[in-house]
Amino acid sequence: MMPLLEKEKEEKTELADRIASSQIWRSIFRHGFDDTQRNRVLQMTAGFLLHTRPIKVWTHGIRLRYTWGAGGLTFLMFAVACITGVILMFYYRPVTEYAYADMKYLKFDIPFGMFMRNMHRWSAHAMVLLVLVHMLRVFLTGSYKKPREFNWVIGVCLLTLTLLLSFTGYLLPWDQLSMWAVTVGTNMARATPFLGHEGPFSEFVPFISPRYDARSLLLGGTIVAQGTLLRFYVLHCIVLPIFTIWFVMVHFYRIRKDGGISGPNKALEPPATPIAKETVEGSATPEPAVVKPTAEPKKEGEEPAQEQKQDCKDSEGRPE
Amino acid sequence: MTASSAHKQNADDKGQLPAKVFAWPGLLRIESLVALAAIIVLCVWSITIDAPLEEPANPAITPNPAKAPWYFLGLQELLVYFDPWIAGVVIPGLCVVGLMAIPYLDVNPKGNGYYTIKRRAFAISTFMFGFLGLWIIPIVIGVFFRGPGWNLFWPWEHWDIHKVVAQNNVNLGSLFGIKNYLAEAVFGSVFLAAWYVVPPLILYRRRYDQSPTLQAMGLTRFVITAFLFQSMMLVPLKIFARLVLHVKYFLVLPWFNV
Repeated sequence: MMPLLEKEKEEKTELADRIASSQIWRSIFRHGFDDTQRNRVLQMTAGFLLHTRPIKVWTHGIRLRYTWGAGGLTFLMFAVACITGVILMFYYRPVTEYAYADMKYLKFDIPFGMFMRNMHRWSAHAMVLLVLVHMLRVFLTGSYKKPREFNWVIGVCLLTLTLLLSFTGYLLPWDQLSMWAVTVGTNMARATPFLGHEGPFSEFVPFISPRYDARSLLLGGTIVAQGTLLRFYVLHCIVLPIFTIWFVMVHFYRIRKDGGISGPNKALEPPATPIAKETVEGSATPEPAVVKPTAEPKKEGEEPAQEQKQDCKDSEGRPE
Repeated sequence: MTASSAHKQNADDKGQLPAKVFAWPGLLRIESLVALAAIIVLCVWSITIDAPLEEPANPAITPNPAKAPWYFLGLQELLVYFDPWIAGVVIPGLCVVGLMAIPYLDVNPKGNGYYTIKRRAFAISTFMFGFLGLWIIPIVIGVFFRGPGWNLFWPWEHWDIHKVVAQNNVNLGSLFGIKNYLAEAVFGSVFLAAWYVVPPLILYRRRYDQSPTLQAMGLTRFVITAFLFQSMMLVPLKIFARLVLHVKYFLVLPWFNV
């Protein structure tokens, strides 16, 4: 038995080697499997998909108990919703006469139609949930602090976009649940100060009326009807996804440009009472000048390892 | 080419993990595994539980209660205590603006990149109060405890559409025996102005000299923080006033009520 197996194995490696060294393979994957530092860098930078990731990452940053994986999972849920959403668009017509019938059609006639709709719905709900969890994690780790302030702002925009995406999608099935939920939600817009016809101070804005105010801008009319369905459909499928994708790209880009996933770096923390003690202990404690390097974009792969040796765990233990 | 071998390769002499590891396989391996697990969960969820679909939309039949999507039920819950222009426009607007302002208001350099409560006690407790108390809990109440007429019901309780709840609420001025409309408006204005000005002013005057945090913040940051904080705390104050003291409005004006 043994020799036979070994022979098989040898044949397999031979075949694998032949494929991996063929012209076609080498034209697609330029760098082989050599486990050298140089080759790993080349692997990461040569391809389009991998080059979007850093070559090296902070060790603490890949721990699930630090990141909870919530940001990445939010993006995954968005990707699932995009893919299933495009498939649903093949079968769905944003017309009040057809929209509900298309829901039934999806459920009973289209292969995997209901599965696609479920995936779309639940991934959207999971995305809302996970974006909240991600925000909680980023707040609890203080990751919005310098130099990542603006990325937090972009994150808040993404939270708003996520809620709007989910809300505009909510109307599309055109059943009682969706129509009345959107009626309730958009009813608040009629109370917008200045711009809603029932809001405070709207009497001082000359053109505001039930037909022309913040709510009718959303609804495309005075009630949730055909105009609303089309508006929400266009917002849901085109406008909001484009904005979301744009913000997500900036969000991810800035993570890298701000020095990767945040992490403990006590050397960069000023003393406990910065103003009162700075003049007294100035020489003994790190000056603000030490803080500066974090604000500048870090070059991947060139980070000296000595600079960041703190563990997440022991950072709590430092005496104040 | 496993993660452990990569770690070994980069580990220093003491056997400690290095500060940085190669993204492949260190990061990509765990990302793919988590993504795979998430997709499996999502698939099982989608196979077992169908997305809801009720009767066709009918403008002539209003369901009771008509609930917004779950993530907006916190705002719908606030409609019980505030007029729509506050609950639906001002509060969500302040939430978004306030969240965006956090990095520029929080001058505490500690707790950047690790979990700590001790070193950022105010920031963490304020955020958790807003996140859990004013966002998550109202959503839970809206989803599970609100029935017809937006009345409170236990999840197992029968939804009685004829349930009668006494609405014997009075305005804050009337609570103090002020009957005159103008006097009530002045009283309400003074109360709200005091709410926004007095506690921050006392804090600033009394604590500025001893508090390096206040000195580092400066007046502008402090005023904005105080405004956002007092606005946030106005929500539980109004809820408390409504539920316990039966206060309808703090302030009644010809143009709007608070």
